[in-house]
Amino acid sequence: MAREDTPLDQETFDRTLEAELAKGTDRRVAEGRARSAAVRAHRAKSGEGGAPAPAAAAAAPAEPAAPAPAEAPGAAPAAAPAAATATVAAPTREAPAPTGNVPEPKRGAPEKHRLLALVPPEGIQRVEREQGDRINVWPHLLIEEFIALLVLSAGMVIFATFVNAPLRELADPNLTPNPSKAPWYFLGLQELLRYFLPLVAGIVIPTFILIGLAAIPYIDRNPSTKPGDRKLAITLFTMLFMFGATLTIIGSFFRGTGYNWVWPWAQGVFFEL
Amino acid sequence: MKLKPPSPGAVFDRVRDTEVWKSIFRPGSIFRRGYKDTSRDRALSTMNNVLYHLHPVKMKRHGLKLTYTFCLGGLSFFLFILLTVTGIFLMFFYRPMAEIGSAQAYTDMQNIRTSVFFGDLVRNLHRWGAHLMVLSVTLHMARVFYTGAYKPPREFNWVVGVVLLFLTLGLSFTGYLLPWDQLAIWAVTVGTSLGGYAPFIAKQANFLLLGGVVVGPETLLRWYVLHVLALPFVLVLFLAVHFWRIRKDGGISGPL
Repeated sequence: MAREDTPLDQETFDRTLEAELAKGTDRRVAEGRARSAAVRAHRAKSGEGGAPAPAAAAAAPAEPAAPAPAEAPGAAPAAAPAAATATVAAPTREAPAPTGNVPEPKRGAPEKHRLLALVPPEGIQRVEREQGDRINVWPHLLIEEFIALLVLSAGMVIFATFVNAPLRELADPNLTPNPSKAPWYFLGLQELLRYFLPLVAGIVIPTFILIGLAAIPYIDRNPSTKPGDRKLAITLFTMLFMFGATLTIIGSFFRGTGYNWVWPWAQGVFFEL
Repeated sequence: MKLKPPSPGAVFDRVRDTEVWKSIFRPGSIFRRGYKDTSRDRALSTMNNVLYHLHPVKMKRHGLKLTYTFCLGGLSFFLFILLTVTGIFLMFFYRPMAEIGSAQAYTDMQNIRTSVFFGDLVRNLHRWGAHLMVLSVTLHMARVFYTGAYKPPREFNWVVGVVLLFLTLGLSFTGYLLPWDQLAIWAVTVGTSLGGYAPFIAKQANFLLLGGVVVGPETLLRWYVLHVLALPFVLVLFLAVHFWRIRKDGGISGPL
């Protein structure tokens, strides 16, 4: 509701304004208080909005607790119907005590605008969230991440210093090495080729795995994250994961010349990264 | 009167009071003078930092536990950075050309190993890092599953993660061909032949992927561009969404 549209009780307005000015209140504050009293008086008279008296009562104790500067208590009821003030819970949380860190304006500095937004109560979303046991990301998390990063870097540099990545002879399209193996992360699929039709092992199963993986959160509608409540999901996932890992290990270490079965400790390892 | 030279600490203080220093480090930065180890400054140091795009000011305490995340997501991201840096270094010395008789790509690989300063070390880091990244992304997925971190409101971020896993495999596989040695082309031949069984589109898909009917020089160029430009670009886009969703979906999941 626009400020101009708010019906006022002119008599109350004049009376309150005079009283406030007599007390030595600032003119703007006094006008605000007068307006608020006038609106309440008008509502009480016309009997609009159900229970005007409790509404006024609810608005009144809210005034000292309101965190905004002095203009706010007067202006807020003008901006929104008092009835709304009554239905929405009055703010109960005390404003934080002033820290005393209010910056002093520089001497001779031009006067600045101070803006105050008027927010109707129905526009306020009160988010009640359990604060929980929270810690600052700096330094706790960042230091942990930094250590993880250092450990990994050091490990990688040491490993890369002593272990050379393979580089075989120049590619020759006419000379197929025996065995020919895909990169290790595809060896599970290559292993599947031994048991299924190429169409199944090469297309159907990978597509199924990919779509199935992406669909997990939409299939598993169990809201709990407690391991005890998710026995089925955990069992299925673990079995699938282990199945994939086993196939990959078999394809990597237990397949030799002609992609036939070998024991790595007997016939050697036919595997390169 | 003897003039004493200022102590290093005093010089550092004076440097930190300069306008230049203060323009670089925003208020609240731990590098600014006057940083105090208080709740307020700790919060400001995150809020006024570029890391605020990645991290909130506060997080759940249990998220620090190493056995909850095992740092796997962060390490995957770090490996991606490491692979980008080492990859850029390798790009200076590598040409994706594989004409019959003079395979420049392979010659360049040999030069990287023998003549380039730290070339061998950087190539080793790149290769081992790539394998490790496939592993760490996979394990990250398993961790997210076991902690139930894909449950609402994080369902879509899991899907983004699956796309990232797929892109990681794609990056690793396209990079596998680049050395142009026997290992490379035959692993790629075997790997791509798996896709050759696709119904209806097998021939077209393979031709698109290989730039021919077999793995050849066109394949090398094609996979090189995919490896150094196309796939990393797409991966970064998905990474941005992935990280953004972590923040928007309430940070670390749990506790269990």
